[in-house]
This record gives sequence, C-alpha cells and structure tokens, in this order.
Amino acid sequence: MAGLKEIRSQIGSIQNTKKITKAMEMVAASKMRRARERMDASRPYAEKMHQVVSHMANGHLEYQHDFIKDREKVKRVGYIIISSDRGLCGGLNTNLFKKALQSIVEWKEQDVEVDIAVFGSKALSAFKRYGVVAESTHMGDSPSVQDMFGTIKVMLDAYEEGRIDRLFLVENQFVNSMTQTPRVTQLIPVVAGELDEMKSHWDYLYEPESKEVIDTLMKRYIESIIYQGVVENIACEMSARMIAMKSATDNAGDMIDKLKLVYNKARQASITQEISEIVSGAAAVE
Amino acid sequence: MAMTMHLDVVSAEESLFSGAVQELLAPGVMGDLGIMPRHSQLISTLKAGELRYKTNDGEASLFIAGGILEVQPSVVTVLADTAIRAEDLDESLAEAAKKRAEDALDGKDPDDMDYETIQAELDAAKAQIEMIHRIGKTLR
Repeated sequence: MAGLKEIRSQIGSIQNTKKITKAMEMVAASKMRRARERMDASRPYAEKMHQVVSHMANGHLEYQHDFIKDREKVKRVGYIIISSDRGLCGGLNTNLFKKALQSIVEWKEQDVEVDIAVFGSKALSAFKRYGVVAESTHMGDSPSVQDMFGTIKVMLDAYEEGRIDRLFLVENQFVNSMTQTPRVTQLIPVVAGELDEMKSHWDYLYEPESKEVIDTLMKRYIESIIYQGVVENIACEMSARMIAMKSATDNAGDMIDKLKLVYNKARQASITQEISEIVSGAAAVE
Repeated sequence: MAMTMHLDVVSAEESLFSGAVQELLAPGVMGDLGIMPRHSQLISTLKAGELRYKTNDGEASLFIAGGILEVQPSVVTVLADTAIRAEDLDESLAEAAKKRAEDALDGKDPDDMDYETIQAELDAAKAQIEMIHRIGKTLR
C-alpha cells in the first residue's frame, strides 16, 4: 500500500491542477462572452456586404467582376484555414483539420495542387508540410482587420493572377456554446444563389467607374467574411476551452474523491495496526 | 418635420451609427457627396474624411478611414473601413505574411525584426487616425 505521505502529496497536486483548470474555465467563460459580442458587432457589416454583392451577382450589371465568374478549368486551389493560437480547447482544432484535410485530399486525388494560407499557429504547425504560402498568427483575443490584410491579399492576388482557380475557407461555425461545427465554404468564385428574390433590373449609379467600385467592394466583401470567420473562431475556441476545462475540473474532483477514499483506508489501517501493536504489547507485559 | 432616410454606418468591427437622418455629406473619392432622401441607387467609394449627417436633433459627424457608400431611396449604408488603406501598405503587409510563412517553414522565429517594424508602422498609422478623428470632432 502506498505511503500516506505520498497519497497526500498526490491529492495536493491534483487539487492544484483542479484550481488551475477551474480558473481557466472561468477566464474562458468571460472571454467567450466578449468574443460573442464582437461576433455580433461585426455581423451587420458582413450582412450588408452580402446584400450588395448578391445584388451585383444577380443583377444585369455592365461590369462582371473576376470573383463572380466561374473558371472552368481548375489546376490549383487555395485554402484559408482559421484555427486558434493555443491548445487546451478540446477537439476544436483537430476536428477542423480533419475536415480541411479531407477536402484537400479530394483535390489532390484529382491532381490539383493546393496552396494554403493560415490564421492561428495551430493550423500553421498542422499544415506546414502541405505548402503554406501565408500566415497570420498571434492576433490576440480582439484581432483587428489590419492584422489580416496581408494574408488575405496574398490569396486574392494569387486568384487574380490566375495562380489559383478556387478559394475555400475552412472555419469553425459557432452554433451555441456547447456545439461548434467545422465547415468548408467556397469563397471565390462568390456563390450568390440565396438571394434570388432580389433579381432586379435596376443598376446602381457608380462613382467613380463601376469597375473600381466593384473591385474595392469585392475585396472588402472577402475580407469581411474572413474577419467574421476569425472572430467566430475565437468565440468557438473560448467555448470549447470552457467545456474542456469544465470536464477537466470534474475529472480532477473525481480523482481527488477516489484518492481521499484510499487515503482514509490507509490511515484507518495504520491506526488499527498501531492499536493492535499497543494492545498486544500490553498483553505481553502482563 | 423634414423627410428622413435611414442611415447605417457599419465597420467590420462594430456598428458606428444607426438612425434617421435628413441629409448626409460623405467624402467620395471624386469629391464630397450630398445625399438627401429619395436619392437614386448609387454606390461610391469613399476616401478618408469626415462623414457629416443631420438628424432631427441637429448635426453630427464621424471620421471614417474610407469605405463604400451604398444609397437606396430610403436607406443609406456606409461600409466604413477600419484603417487607412493604401495599395503600397497592403502590399507590404502581404509581403510580411508571405515572409512569415516562409520563415515558419524554415523553422525560424516568426517574430523577427521585419514584422516588428511593420507593426510599428501600423501603430503609427493608427495613432494618426485617432488624431484626425479628434480634430474632426473639434472642427464641426
């Protein structure tokens, strides 16, 4: 039987771990609230952008942007993968990477090359060997759009120059604080099928040229989607971490209970032994 | 009571203004644009500057770092940028992002000098924006 002292120190160390996981759980919970607020705050912009772009994709416009036209031949595709910077958030990143890999492998089987841009250091280390062309990591809990321009531009330029023919986004979708689902969506060419009722025959007045306005608009549109993705991923990360830490805290509690039982048994055994020694000692003296 | 239209000013990071306005003055790239209710549909890019609007309570203004203006007869939306955008600055950020990826693949430390300098430049630009913002507020 393990010594009493050893059991006691083991209980102590598990208790410390429990304190840490409990603290992390609470920190994650409060960060999640803020991340969700940020997510909601960025939504109107993205929605408005979507409306305008859908209108343009459906309308009879004088100028069709590159991002709207579908390219028939696909030789190389781009992926933007959004992950967290830190671990300890359950299966969040692993599930996402599985999904991304599935989709990447499908392209590779068709002899299509893949370029990857990543947000978050977890994705960087996971996809290093698949050809990462741009990365943004360590953006903190409140990323600014500025931190992302560089990486986004690398991919948009690649598309415009014809180096890639499709661009996909791999991100976590925040369903609720218990559920996050990874998904792969096509960013470019823009899929704008949902707003069919908006099929209209009027066109905007453009100032300056329609081309310039639409070029800027398309870029901002893609950026807003990716920004939304990054912000959403932070909310996912925090809620996943909260859950993971909560179960870690619970497990630590269970372990402490079990060890305490073992400890008490051992203590009782040693007391019984002591008493029996004293009694037998006394009996021997008489 | 004067006729009003609904104005939304949103940026990727937050919603800046939402409410009824009588008129709007926006810094279009081709020159300032005055928008009144029932304007025909228009899309314009905006440059950095002051966005002025008249509500029923009086005039107010906001600084925007550029963006896009979308006008419908009764709804006006300003999609504001959060930072001053310039082709060369974007270019350098793109270069930095590429370089970071290359460094990471080579196993080098991503937080090298180049990144730091660009970050410093960005911070300076941010401070500039804030300053312009303040000036804009005192001027109105």
